[in-house]
Amino acid sequence: MPDVWSQYSEKVMNHFKNPRNVGEIDNPDGVGHVGNPVCGDIMELYIKVRDDVIVDAKFKTFGCGAAIATSSMLTEIVKGKTIREALRISNKTVVEALDGLPAVKMHCSLLAEDALKSAIEDYLKKPKEKRKSQSR
Amino acid sequence: MRRIYLDHAATTPTHPEVVKAMLPYFTDAFGNPSSIYSCGQEARGAIEGARAKVAELIGARSEEIVFTSGGTEADNLALKGIAYASEHKGNHIITTSIEHHAVLEVCKFLDERGLRITCLPVDKYGLVDPDDVKRAITNKTILISVMHANNEVGTMEPLEEIGDIAREAGVNFHSDAVQTVGHIPVNVDRLGVNLLSISGHKLYGPKGVGALYIRKGTKLTSLMQGGEQERRHRAGTENVPAIVGLGKAVELAGQEIGKEAERLASLRDKLVRGLAEKIDHIHLNGHPTRRLPNNINVSVDFVEGESMVLNLDLEAVCASTGSACSSASLEPSYVLLALGLSPERAHGSLRFSLGRENSEADVERVLKVLPGIIARLRAMSPLLKTQNRSATNA
Repeated sequence: MPDVWSQYSEKVMNHFKNPRNVGEIDNPDGVGHVGNPVCGDIMELYIKVRDDVIVDAKFKTFGCGAAIATSSMLTEIVKGKTIREALRISNKTVVEALDGLPAVKMHCSLLAEDALKSAIEDYLKKPKEKRKSQSR
Repeated sequence: MRRIYLDHAATTPTHPEVVKAMLPYFTDAFGNPSSIYSCGQEARGAIEGARAKVAELIGARSEEIVFTSGGTEADNLALKGIAYASEHKGNHIITTSIEHHAVLEVCKFLDERGLRITCLPVDKYGLVDPDDVKRAITNKTILISVMHANNEVGTMEPLEEIGDIAREAGVNFHSDAVQTVGHIPVNVDRLGVNLLSISGHKLYGPKGVGALYIRKGTKLTSLMQGGEQERRHRAGTENVPAIVGLGKAVELAGQEIGKEAERLASLRDKLVRGLAEKIDHIHLNGHPTRRLPNNINVSVDFVEGESMVLNLDLEAVCASTGSACSSASLEPSYVLLALGLSPERAHGSLRFSLGRENSEADVERVLKVLPGIIARLRAMSPLLKTQNRSATNA
């Protein structure tokens, strides 16, 4: 019998209780800011990129248990991925890694996907020379 | 860790004496109350005993009490029952924007079938203005429905004044009183209602039972056909054990009603004061004084409600929130929005509702664990940073 009866899987509760990579990155290479206070979920994702590989990721999230857990799991998944690989990460990838989410909470995982896409977009729109110089 | 249950507005634990009173009616006295032999009549007697107790608690007569499956059915019976029985008289119902869904959704249902519904606004404390009620009455108005106290923010509505207005206009007046009956003194004559909804499980009775008070002379149509039970107001064999349980719960509530309300109000005030002292950017929702003795509803800036509730649960504290994330609708509490709260404030709301088994130690435990939870959540909140930035800019 679990200690806590929850609508969430053990993995979700684990990431909710001990979220990984909370915070901001100084001089990030990309920032994604998605969601709005009206819908009750806001996520900020910071990424550091070296030679086209995401070497660090941190987040700040205002939201429910599912929003916090998907944010945390996302930062774990993207670390070490190339930009090309990261662009293939969908909300499904994150949900599966968390052993699923309740149906009403699936939209929270879209927030994570959107935050990642937005952070990568932010990185890619920076001039290439700047990206190169940053990666040295 | 001992569980601290602070969600009595959602439901209450059934009192052990209530359970004890119910048990014989599952086995020994299982007879159908409509049967004329003795084990049927024993059940009949138990139902009538419970009816007398409910009537006594609210200052009504026994024959004015109809047992239902709960508060929701009582609300449905009041609204639809009056609407169906008044088809030739009128088609207009007045209610408020902060009623329970058991009233609002029935109004929506009736609206879709041609009735006219006036949904009155409330002020920032959740209070309805009796003058608004007066102004909304037309010669087609058949019913006014205003809750006694709001289940989310605990605001007590000015029923006596609205009762006078309804009586003067000759309009039926219903109140959903599931949050007050058994908790604070309720008297149907003083409130001026002719319909009043009661729920068993909100007052330490069992789930699945409630009652509707129907003042003598009030005409309403039954929602159930198929039997003569409950003076033809509610067909179907009576839920004898549950009705007996409701009777016992009401009897126990009546014995301690004033004293318990006072005790809870003092715990409530201690918790409200403590939260304000230990947590910055926290706001009390609802009325500062005209509120249920057991209700505390606060909004905590920069954090979301469900994450607070989950963290409290990990500390074995049960509370609730009006955040969208706690519901399937993705909308924050319509009650908090009706009070004029911003969506952010509504998402960051937290409700504690105290009850019989709570003590000072429980309040102290909340005051001990909640500040840490909020600090942790604020540390990961992008809203707080935005706030600081704009504060620096300003």
